[in-house]
Amino acid sequence: MKLNTIETVESQFETFQILSEDGEIVNKKAMPDLSDEQLQELMRRMVYTRIWDQRAISLSRQGRLGFYAPVAGQEASMLGSQFALDKEDWILPGYRDIPQIVFHGFPLYQAFLWSRGHFQGGQFPDGLNILFPQIIIGAQIIQAAGVGLGLKKKGKKNVVITYTGDGGSSQGDFYEGINFAGAYQAQTIFVVQNNRFAISVPVEKQSAAKTIAQKAVAAGIEGIQVDGMDVLAVYAATKQARERALNGEGPTLIETLTYRFGPHTMAGDDPTRYRTKDLDNEWEKKDPLVRFRKFLEKKGLWTEEQETEVVEKAKEDIKAAIKKADSAPKQKVTDLIGIMFEELPYNLREQMEEYKAKESK
Amino acid sequence: MAQMTMIQAITDAMRTELKKDENVLVFGEDVGQNGGVFRATEGLQQEFGEDRVFDTPLAESGIGGLAIGLGLTGFRPVMEIQFFGFLFEVIDSIAGQMGRMRFRTGGKLHSPVTIRSPFGGGVKTPEMHADSLEGLMAQTPGVKVVIPSTPYDAKGLLISAIRDNDPVVFLEHMKLYRSFREEVPEEEYTIEIGKADVKREGKDISIIAYGAMVHASLKAAEELEKEGISAEVIDLRTISPLDIETIIASVEKTGRAIVVQEAQKQAGIAANVVAEITERAILHLEAPVLRVAAADTVYPFAAAEDTWLPDHKDIVEKAKQVYNF
Repeated sequence: MKLNTIETVESQFETFQILSEDGEIVNKKAMPDLSDEQLQELMRRMVYTRIWDQRAISLSRQGRLGFYAPVAGQEASMLGSQFALDKEDWILPGYRDIPQIVFHGFPLYQAFLWSRGHFQGGQFPDGLNILFPQIIIGAQIIQAAGVGLGLKKKGKKNVVITYTGDGGSSQGDFYEGINFAGAYQAQTIFVVQNNRFAISVPVEKQSAAKTIAQKAVAAGIEGIQVDGMDVLAVYAATKQARERALNGEGPTLIETLTYRFGPHTMAGDDPTRYRTKDLDNEWEKKDPLVRFRKFLEKKGLWTEEQETEVVEKAKEDIKAAIKKADSAPKQKVTDLIGIMFEELPYNLREQMEEYKAKESK
Repeated sequence: MAQMTMIQAITDAMRTELKKDENVLVFGEDVGQNGGVFRATEGLQQEFGEDRVFDTPLAESGIGGLAIGLGLTGFRPVMEIQFFGFLFEVIDSIAGQMGRMRFRTGGKLHSPVTIRSPFGGGVKTPEMHADSLEGLMAQTPGVKVVIPSTPYDAKGLLISAIRDNDPVVFLEHMKLYRSFREEVPEEEYTIEIGKADVKREGKDISIIAYGAMVHASLKAAEELEKEGISAEVIDLRTISPLDIETIIASVEKTGRAIVVQEAQKQAGIAANVVAEITERAILHLEAPVLRVAAADTVYPFAAAEDTWLPDHKDIVEKAKQVYNF
């Protein structure tokens, strides 16, 4: 008996791509049905996010932002997938996935408050179906199975999408989440943004599996590996996963091959300790903005002027958002006590009085 | 009124809530067709359908995540952890997630989840079934912990737990499931979470207990009575938050107290009760507050349970020590 299961499996997870690095359509059949305005909007969002990332890194260095996980390089993966959602769909983001929830309706100033560590950063606008950025890697995956089942039970024509990284696919909760969603045929889309590194650990050290998409096999669900630097491919894959979920065909695991140009977080990570300049250069050539810009320019849908306009708008918005975040009141212990329970138990009622007295001094 | 065992009262509470609120969902390992490994959910799937009462894959963490997600979409999940020793698999979902949902979102979202789970010794279970891990949960901000000791309390407290809009860990002592019957009203009723119950009035010493130790304490109180010592037995019923008022009122009356738990001395919540009494009623104390608890070892091999678990004799001895201090 010849053992060749692995090769057979791996051959079924070839990278799905629509746009080449030169901005040429290489897979016409898969080209999503997007209007010129939608294509421009996708570009606007990616440029906006790139500027926001640059500003956030600089604001973080100035101490005007707290925790921040850079996103440059992952714009196509993040925004292409979010663009395929309905506004009432749910997003369960990881800690890096702030752009998705912002373009879903989470105000920028609240994203900044979340970064600084202020409870108002978690007070989402009413009707916005998102959760706070999840710090416990994998927890969002099991929760997304639950949300996906809840949407199905309520008969909603909506899905939940959740994101983790390559490292996150090693967690137990990752497997449990995709397996539960499969067992219940939940309306869930799982996205693994494989940027090749979990802090300093390369993806090769996470698993012997050649793709992360093939981990879907363990749950008996569909899996697809996508060029995560190709916004059209990410959009098309997500759109299809969404339709499948709503047709009762169950969850999908999408692996996006992407790269973060910056450090893991702004908390002292130095990627030169574990990444070579060659690898950085290789991935910079795949920059999702560069290839989509080429594509749009060829179609006469993008000009330098439009780009400048977005850059200026992003800078203005960020300035205004930071200003608004600055005006948030300083947090008091009584505020924190007040958001623990619907009705305060004895110990907190007592402590509320103590801190009220202290705060009124 | 009907005579019910504690397990019947628990089933009755779930049936009451499944009937009353269509958002109540009951799920866990083997709780559906099988009716639960202890029959706690017997007949519920047959009565309410697979959409309301259903089995899950064998993964406690996934069950916790499922409950959180279902809670976010408007359901009121009642999840079961087959034995509380398996808590370690799902501790992030409870302590790291549900307990913080309201806080993290500044009150915008919440986790109206009830976590039911059996625990407790004296029935010779295999490893990791009987451990008393309530102390871990009691140290978790955002989570309430309820431990009934009677069929009547179990029903009223479980209905309250299910209706609570924040997570409640509801721990069911296996030895108490079928050890006795009690009159339980057939209609719905609630018992406030965070309220203790004086199970026996007394004037010489307060015995503060919960779970199976309530019955051991009542038995000890009878023996103490024969020796002329009048013990007041307080059943905490909720171990987090504590009912400070009832505890302190009793201690102020008796001037002496012991705290009784089945958990190891370094675990459980007895130390917390002692600290509260010391902070609030030291001038009323005639003697130090002593604890009855298990040895600080791993939960014993089944054949060693009888010598390891605290019992009424340990309580009598400790009560006398405090009485004669």
